[in-house]
Amino acid sequence: MAKILAVDDSASMRQMVAFTLKGAGHTVTDAADGKQALDIAKTQSFDLVLTDINMPVMDGITLTKELRALPSYRFTPVLVLTTEAGGDKKSQGRAAGATGWLVKPFNPEQLLATVKKVLS
Amino acid sequence: MSIDISQFHDVFFEESFEGLDAMESGLLNLEEGAADVEEINTIFRAAHSIKGGAGTFGFMAVSEFTHKMETLLDEMRNGQREVTPESTNVLLEAVDVLREMLTAVQQDQPTDDARIAVVCEKLVDMLGGDEAGDTVESQGETETAAEDGGEGPIGWKIDFRPHLHMLQTGNDPVRMIRELDSLGELSVTADDNNLPPFSDLEPEDSYLAWHMELRSDVAKEEIIEIFEWVDDDCDLTIEPLLGTATVAEVSAPAEDEPAAIVEADEPFVDVEELDEEADLIAEPAAEAELKAPAAKAEAKQKSASTPAAASIRVGTDKIDSLINMVGELVITQSMLSQVGENFTEEMLPQLIDGLAQLERNTREMQEGVMRIRMLPISFAFNRFPRLVHDLTSKNGKQVDLKLTGEQTELDKTVMEKIGDPLVHLVRNSLDHGLETPEVRAAAGKNETGTLNLNAYHQGGNIVIEIIDDGAGLNEEKILNKAVEKGLVAASDNLSPEKIHELIFMAGFSTADVVSDISGRGVGMDVVRKNIHSLGGSVEVSSEKGVGTKFTIRLPLTLAIMDGQSIRVAKENYILPLVSIVESLEVKGSEIKQVSGKGELYKLREDYVPVIRLYEVFGIEPQITDLEEGLLVVVEGDGQKVGLFIDDLLGQQQVVIKSLETNYRKVLGLSGATILGDGTVALILDVPGLISLYREPPSGNSVVKAVRAA
Amino acid sequence: MSEEQQVQVNESLDVMGELEDGAEQYLTFILGDEEYGVEILRVQEIKGWDVVTSIPNTPEYLCGVLNLRGTIVPVVDLRLRFDMSVCEYNPTTVIVVLNIEGESQRTVGIVVDGMSDTHNVMPDDIKPAPDFGSTIDIDYINGLVTIGDNMVMLLDIDRLLSVEAIG
Repeated sequence: MAKILAVDDSASMRQMVAFTLKGAGHTVTDAADGKQALDIAKTQSFDLVLTDINMPVMDGITLTKELRALPSYRFTPVLVLTTEAGGDKKSQGRAAGATGWLVKPFNPEQLLATVKKVLS
Repeated sequence: MSIDISQFHDVFFEESFEGLDAMESGLLNLEEGAADVEEINTIFRAAHSIKGGAGTFGFMAVSEFTHKMETLLDEMRNGQREVTPESTNVLLEAVDVLREMLTAVQQDQPTDDARIAVVCEKLVDMLGGDEAGDTVESQGETETAAEDGGEGPIGWKIDFRPHLHMLQTGNDPVRMIRELDSLGELSVTADDNNLPPFSDLEPEDSYLAWHMELRSDVAKEEIIEIFEWVDDDCDLTIEPLLGTATVAEVSAPAEDEPAAIVEADEPFVDVEELDEEADLIAEPAAEAELKAPAAKAEAKQKSASTPAAASIRVGTDKIDSLINMVGELVITQSMLSQVGENFTEEMLPQLIDGLAQLERNTREMQEGVMRIRMLPISFAFNRFPRLVHDLTSKNGKQVDLKLTGEQTELDKTVMEKIGDPLVHLVRNSLDHGLETPEVRAAAGKNETGTLNLNAYHQGGNIVIEIIDDGAGLNEEKILNKAVEKGLVAASDNLSPEKIHELIFMAGFSTADVVSDISGRGVGMDVVRKNIHSLGGSVEVSSEKGVGTKFTIRLPLTLAIMDGQSIRVAKENYILPLVSIVESLEVKGSEIKQVSGKGELYKLREDYVPVIRLYEVFGIEPQITDLEEGLLVVVEGDGQKVGLFIDDLLGQQQVVIKSLETNYRKVLGLSGATILGDGTVALILDVPGLISLYREPPSGNSVVKAVRAA
Repeated sequence: MSEEQQVQVNESLDVMGELEDGAEQYLTFILGDEEYGVEILRVQEIKGWDVVTSIPNTPEYLCGVLNLRGTIVPVVDLRLRFDMSVCEYNPTTVIVVLNIEGESQRTVGIVVDGMSDTHNVMPDDIKPAPDFGSTIDIDYINGLVTIGDNMVMLLDIDRLLSVEAIG
């Protein structure tokens, strides 16, 4: 179905997300921080990028900005995964050009529904 | 159909424990003054990850607790809060509690709710306020249709005009319209009033707008949600669509509101789910979690189980080198196989070569495989910064902890077992060795004492040193205590080294007050026993006023040992090489018979008891005259004895096999091994032999005969 | 026992065979004048006599330990255990390696004079052992069964070869 890039510094989250999305037929590549993700994004194309915000080396907000600066990612859906229910990270994300967000903690079903929505 | 993500729990626990370790060392570093923003960030991220993971995998109590820690850390990294010893201490305590919580959850054990509550309080106090409100947030958009005057709308009138650059966030108006369509009956009219002439058209910009009517009974919030992500990037108006019905149907705002408040945070919650969700979420999840462990505790009475299937992380370099060795082994095997086919005498040199190669391959593989189980001792050393920090906070001493040689590797199991003895020795130093700043200053020393943990390889062993520059062992006190306990006679003239050795005797403790830290007298002898059971040894050297050094020697692996083969009459045994001091031929003139103590051999200044192994083992002897055999002086548990044997055979590395698996523990033996010829050889245990000598087993007829003679 | 016999017996151990409903298979062996049986499910293998390393300060009936493909296995001489006269170990002397259940699973070998055969036994045919002052303690006997002309005593090896019993 879709090629998805999942970025999170937590291995258990990466595994959970990959497992869930692969189960729905998507192809998933993962990265543990923004820099890794950016490097991967430059060499392959993805239909959707899911990224955590708090990560070492390069955080999710910066990653989003960097992605939007790449021609091939100007319109690619980018979702930030944030634990903050408050508006701050969400608006930072938006300001950086993110398509939207998904609030942690989320369950696999919510993840799938959101991904489905944004890809359709 | 629910997706089962419990398979990722183990990974979550593993990374969380690592995260807690990182938080702990980070917090300890913060204490030392360097309020490095990056350091705080790292600590924050660790907490953040744990919180997120805990929430995702359903460990709500953990998530809630961690959230408070995270909030505190967030304030610190934002500069809103100063990093103070007080705050780092509370966080360190919280790290401990979190560790316990995670362990409890992982092992399906009840949590210590009282302790959690206590530390929780501290965190809340520190945060200076009520935290209850912030997990559930209100977005303020709680308009329901009812607020619009109490008339029941049949739907909504929606005007949606994306801003020029909305598309550049990856959002697609079509998606949103499609979503609206799924909520009910939708009619859409496009508005192209803003469309510029073709030549001015920017394909990446959005000029269209849509006027829509949705016939549906959904609440306004649901529609707002669909446009949630593009809130700032569009103009959106939603108005109730009034139908012909005039009778006001008052929806129930009271019920909807709390659900709505919550809804705003959660994407895509269906109306039907609202009721259930409201129950689940409105009530602080922590309560539910706290009740559950209590119920579990009643239902289950099982004691904490050991973690299932221990695992090891191995560097791929070790695996790669092992794979190479296997490759070489395959080559050697095929070479030998060729030599074996149609073998003639002329091919003997090749056979010998091949066997030599095989020996090399085997040895390399043996070392390679052993190295897989080896981990750097830093894993054992890592608990000490925290330990030292906590103990010195309590006893007011100032200690500089130095860890050196942390990369020195040793067997994983050995490391796990050496942990407690190390802790005891470190506590001993902190409690008794190192003095308070005042005492040190008075003695002309630096007020801050030094505690050095050092590790290095020596021969086939790892040496671990615990060195302090404290007061040294108090020989007078030790001697007095020993005399008091009847361990030595007041008249015995003991050298300082001998006095130092006394601390390893059972029941020994010179602490005046049994502090909660150490000094209960259960310590040093157990430490020595534990180290001994690992095949190692521990020594102490000390100088009054200068300091004390404990030296622990451990074999690099539990399974393989350097052995000295010996023969007693017809039987062969293996002596651990590490226990042998020296071997010598016996001079009859140096033997003394002491009534009540047996035979003693004069070895330079010492008198060493002679143990006739054939006696202790009840074997028919071939040589009974001491001068015709050999005396092997060995050491065990701090004692030196001389073993009388017939002959010394070769030295070799032996693989230690357990006697206990199928038989039982035998006094005097530490295990068995399989020799090259396939037969079993027993491995001797010196302390066990000494016990046997002191109290020969009854029913040992040979012993009886000899004694009677 | 000869190599062929050993192979034969080991093979029959491998083949569980088609058992009549409820029948249990026993391996029987000779000890002095008497015949004894053990559940075949507990027999790991049969070995010819092998070099055994004796362990100091242990009862005489514990011959010692031997190397069974890398594992140290104790060997008990049942004759000595039952206070029978000792006889020399000769080519027909056999070690039956058994799996013992207890606090933990253990492997123990017993020295017997010679193997007899494997037999299918119906549980109903097993009679309780009367206290007739036999050579061995009836605590160690699960029951008696008549096979052909012989009375075979079925051993409770978990008791007979428990950690305490082989001290």
